[in-house]
Amino acid sequence: MTEFIWIVIALPLLGAVVLHFLGSRLGEPRAGLVGFGMVGAAFVIAAIAAVPFFQGESHGEQVFLFDWIEGLGAAASLLWDPLSAVMTLVITGIGALIHLYSIGYMHGDPGFSRFFTYLNLFIASMLILVLGDNFGLLFVGWELVGLCSYLLISFWNEKPSAAAAGKKAFIVNRIGDVGFLIALMLIFTTFGTLAFDVVLSHEAWDVNGIELGVGLVTAITLLLLVGGTGKSAQLPLYMWLPDAMEGPTPVSALIHAATMVTAGVYMIARTAVLFELAPVSSAIVASVGAVTALFAASIALKQRDIKRVLAYSTISQLGYMFLAVGVGAYVAGIFHLFTHAFFKALLFLGSGAVIHAMADEQDIGRMGGLRKAMPVTHMTQVVGWLAIIGIFPFAGFWSKDEILAVTFGKGGGYYVLWAIGLLTALLTAVYMTRWIALTFWGEKRYADDLHPHEAPGTMVLPLIVLAGFSVGVGFWNTPFLPSMEHFLEPAFEGVEQAHLPEGLVPWVLAAVSVGVAVVGAFYAYRRYRGAGAVELAPIGKGSWSLVEEAYRVDDLAGRFIVSPGRAVSNFMAFVVDRDVIDGAVNGLATAVRTAGERLRPLQSGFVRQYGLGLVAGTVGLLVWFASRGLG
Amino acid sequence: MFPTLSVMIWLPVLGAAIVATIPRKRSEIALPVGLGFAALVLALAGNVVWTFVSGDADFQFVEQATIYAPWGITYHLGVDGISLLLVALTAFLMPIGILASASVTERHKEYMAAMLMLEAGLLGVFLSLDLVLFFVFFEVMLVPMYFIIGIWGGERRVYAALKFFLYTAIGSAFLLAGIIFLGAMASDQLGTPSFDYTVLLALDIPPSTQRWLFVGFAIAFAIKIPLFPFHTWLPDAHVEAPTVGSVMLAGVLLKLGTYGLIRFNLPLFPQASVDFAGVMVALAVIGIIYGALVAIVQPDIKRLVAYSSVSHLGFIVLGTFALSAQGLSGGVIQMVNHGLTTGALFLLVGMIYDRRHTRQISDYGGIARVMPIFAGLFLFTAFASAGLPGLNGFVGEFLVLLGSYARHPAATITAAFGVLLAAIYLLWAYERVFTGPNDKPENQGLKDLNAREIGIMVPLVAMIIFLGVYPKPALDRIGPSVGAVVERVENAAVLPTEWEAATR
Amino acid sequence: MIVTPVWYMMLAAALFVIGAGGLLLRRNALIMFMSIELMLNAVNLTFVAAARQLGDINGQVSVFFVMVVAAAEVVVGLAIMVAVFRRRASASIDELAELRG
Repeated sequence: MTEFIWIVIALPLLGAVVLHFLGSRLGEPRAGLVGFGMVGAAFVIAAIAAVPFFQGESHGEQVFLFDWIEGLGAAASLLWDPLSAVMTLVITGIGALIHLYSIGYMHGDPGFSRFFTYLNLFIASMLILVLGDNFGLLFVGWELVGLCSYLLISFWNEKPSAAAAGKKAFIVNRIGDVGFLIALMLIFTTFGTLAFDVVLSHEAWDVNGIELGVGLVTAITLLLLVGGTGKSAQLPLYMWLPDAMEGPTPVSALIHAATMVTAGVYMIARTAVLFELAPVSSAIVASVGAVTALFAASIALKQRDIKRVLAYSTISQLGYMFLAVGVGAYVAGIFHLFTHAFFKALLFLGSGAVIHAMADEQDIGRMGGLRKAMPVTHMTQVVGWLAIIGIFPFAGFWSKDEILAVTFGKGGGYYVLWAIGLLTALLTAVYMTRWIALTFWGEKRYADDLHPHEAPGTMVLPLIVLAGFSVGVGFWNTPFLPSMEHFLEPAFEGVEQAHLPEGLVPWVLAAVSVGVAVVGAFYAYRRYRGAGAVELAPIGKGSWSLVEEAYRVDDLAGRFIVSPGRAVSNFMAFVVDRDVIDGAVNGLATAVRTAGERLRPLQSGFVRQYGLGLVAGTVGLLVWFASRGLG
Repeated sequence: MFPTLSVMIWLPVLGAAIVATIPRKRSEIALPVGLGFAALVLALAGNVVWTFVSGDADFQFVEQATIYAPWGITYHLGVDGISLLLVALTAFLMPIGILASASVTERHKEYMAAMLMLEAGLLGVFLSLDLVLFFVFFEVMLVPMYFIIGIWGGERRVYAALKFFLYTAIGSAFLLAGIIFLGAMASDQLGTPSFDYTVLLALDIPPSTQRWLFVGFAIAFAIKIPLFPFHTWLPDAHVEAPTVGSVMLAGVLLKLGTYGLIRFNLPLFPQASVDFAGVMVALAVIGIIYGALVAIVQPDIKRLVAYSSVSHLGFIVLGTFALSAQGLSGGVIQMVNHGLTTGALFLLVGMIYDRRHTRQISDYGGIARVMPIFAGLFLFTAFASAGLPGLNGFVGEFLVLLGSYARHPAATITAAFGVLLAAIYLLWAYERVFTGPNDKPENQGLKDLNAREIGIMVPLVAMIIFLGVYPKPALDRIGPSVGAVVERVENAAVLPTEWEAATR
Repeated sequence: MIVTPVWYMMLAAALFVIGAGGLLLRRNALIMFMSIELMLNAVNLTFVAAARQLGDINGQVSVFFVMVVAAAEVVVGLAIMVAVFRRRASASIDELAELRG
């Protein structure tokens, strides 16, 4: 079965090709069904192929397809191991649900089939990323998901803001990719290949006589981290993700919450062998994650756009995952990636249903009371809300608490990171409760001519399924039964992992974080369930404008990076290039012409003058020879 | 044995002669006749690529004859992994260029004759293994290009054509001096003058002499590439040239420079190549970053693509002077890739210019809505040019960057930022031309591409994908020849100590 | 009296000086042409003499070259003169400066 795993990639790719050429002929909803069918079939195949891992019978296999760039050790070769299996199942599973949802959400859009083309292409690209058996293929997927992200964010590209957001996403990602590229240069120069089985294996290092200095590994891992911060929207390269909400909501759910943005976490988990050797890098990963988590959560407190709150929340939750892989809790990081994919996709799809029902209104200040109009959506969102703030026994509780407990268990400076994580949990409870209260609870604040309604079946079904998973998936890896840890064991062979502290400590910590979440939720509930004109600030009556404008980072980046950059370009183009360099070239030409003009009178046209010149020259030469002596 | 290579060179000449004799009244048949000849050459080139033995570093399809024995000038042709794909690229782009010549409305005969002579010259340059023969073709090809720009070009065509011609001719003077010096040197060392490349490889050239000769050759090639700061003829030539002129210029002519560096400078002057590697790499990296920065703010889309060429060609030079198998392979395949993607970009720019007669980015906006196929193709090509993995541009850049790091770490890291800048100038241009509201009345009635235009693009798109996904056939053919060059340099030259440490 | 090569050289030098003088001093274009011929043939004489003395046939070959070129040059030059005569009815070289730069 495993040798056919390439079909998992080929199906959505085939779907993209078919939809690209025949999509408009297929029309609605068949184009969507084709897209859904391809991803659904890929999920089924992946699930069957993953059975040996569940039975503990396989440690993973390489599947060689064909040579790509042989000289770099970058073949089209896939790695089917538990880690890639988890990722593949999340991508195809949630992907299929979101395809289904999109059939309803994109109903009537002129770009219906184009949307599914891109979506299928994205699934294929993301699978290349997680299934690639070398850094080359990983980078291929890495860039292709960036392309799909660009295409889907700027899907409605008649809107200048959407086009600009897509471009911004791609370019900010490319900044990270430069770091990634440099990391790959170092890796290739050090190991002579990009293949995982050489780069990520202690035995292979011994065989090939590779000695890794700490400085070198630290440089490699830090550069990989730069790549990761771009794709996973961590500080300082997070700015593109809030703007990415310009894309259709299913895109936000699939790409900008569940799958693509977790690529950085996956990449760090995949290269755990290297990060393990570079404690400094790991500590930086953890710190970046913790700080990002708090930073983004604080911004989410004052956003009014229903999707922007979730966007900042995603950045914040990705911060938790970075914290986890930074402290060496790779399983916990992947576990949170896994649970977050479900409940965040659920929340995004729910807000999509709301936007749909509210005729494209996205301001939660002008919602409220939607509970009655959309009871099913509301129920699913409550599940998602409880999951993300970490209430027992919802999925987020298990994964987030594991991260916090492991961080606490590391002790020392990690107590600070734990405290930041806990504070973030409090803020998460506040802003998510604010989000759900302003949207669904209290009195209605929208215009009377709006008549919100429950979403159609294709949209509600995925919501219900995801809500179910948001409760259930947490039990895959509880402290009593760490099944996921066993499942992933082969993927992290030889990597020393951080574990939960012994004894009662985890239980106390769990109680503390649940308590914090309850306090935060209760406070926000009191503050925001009120009717009528709503005070949107979390505390007091202040304007909170700095937070609302996301600390004006975009403004600062524009002022200190974009504008000077453009000025440099202008200077280069219109001063250095046009005036200095081309000026020198044209100046030389002018100089030659001027010299010609000056010498022109010598050609008088009188033959005898030339003759006289000849004679004079000859005589001169003779005199010269004579003066030197003829010998 | 059938003299395939000779036929490839002289068939277009015959074609040009036949086209020139078409009566003026029937000049409309010039285009199909020219296309027929170009297609024949393409078929021959395809056959050469197909039957080329890929594990072999030596020259294949060799033809040899004496032209003038006392001076050692021979008619020596051959193809190896370095020239093979460039020959194929030339033969591939020529029929596409001819098909895209709908905008040529006058002097069809002369135009087609010039195109065919250009093809003959280009193929001759890549196939010559005698330096005098090489030089003759190197110069011959200037003449048709001069006329293509100067007669069928834009408003400042005479200025641009003259600048192009003079600039290149100045470089050629240095090249000629170097070639003659080499011939004389052969006469001293071997007893008989020779310009045969394979004979000259056996010369023992003292390092100081190597440096002078290297500089002479390198100036000629640097102007052709063009390497910073010899690049300013390029934007002018591109902007004024007709679409086909730009396609051939960017697609093939620029590669003469990089090809010359790889073919002559490295094997003939190995010590000087090592000594000057730092300088060449520095110029290449400056070109990469500088070209990209300048491209960002160009108001004219054709100028933008022209400056992007300066940036992309820098990668080729960087890979060349990495003097590693990966870097050089990357450089060679990047030549082909740049020819395909930039050729495609110029074709697309030409198509929109034919409709609106303006190249100013600010005259457009939101035209994706009325020209979706065009927008899709442009975006596709732009991403190929920006080095998106899975498309061809990436393979070369990736090989160059990874292959160059060991010997030029700082320069290679700087070059990596060129990848970022490429995304900025291409996507920003795309944003301004294609997205947003279509609010200019002149742009609302634009017609999407017709069947002929799509037909022109299809083979390019197919090659862009093929070389991106499965470059193995190409890399296998390049590999041995490039490996031989690297080996030659490493054996013949004293490498700096830090290089020895960097490559185990 | 033995005629040594020196005699030939002296004769050639004399002829050359006469030719050069004629070229510089005369105004008539036809006469100037004749002077040039005189100079060329003076040189030819030295070639032949030297070839004979040194036993090298190459000198005589050169003379043939010079003679052929000179003949061609005279043809072109006279054609130009005829054309000029038709327009000006004068062969004075001082009145012609059409090729002034």
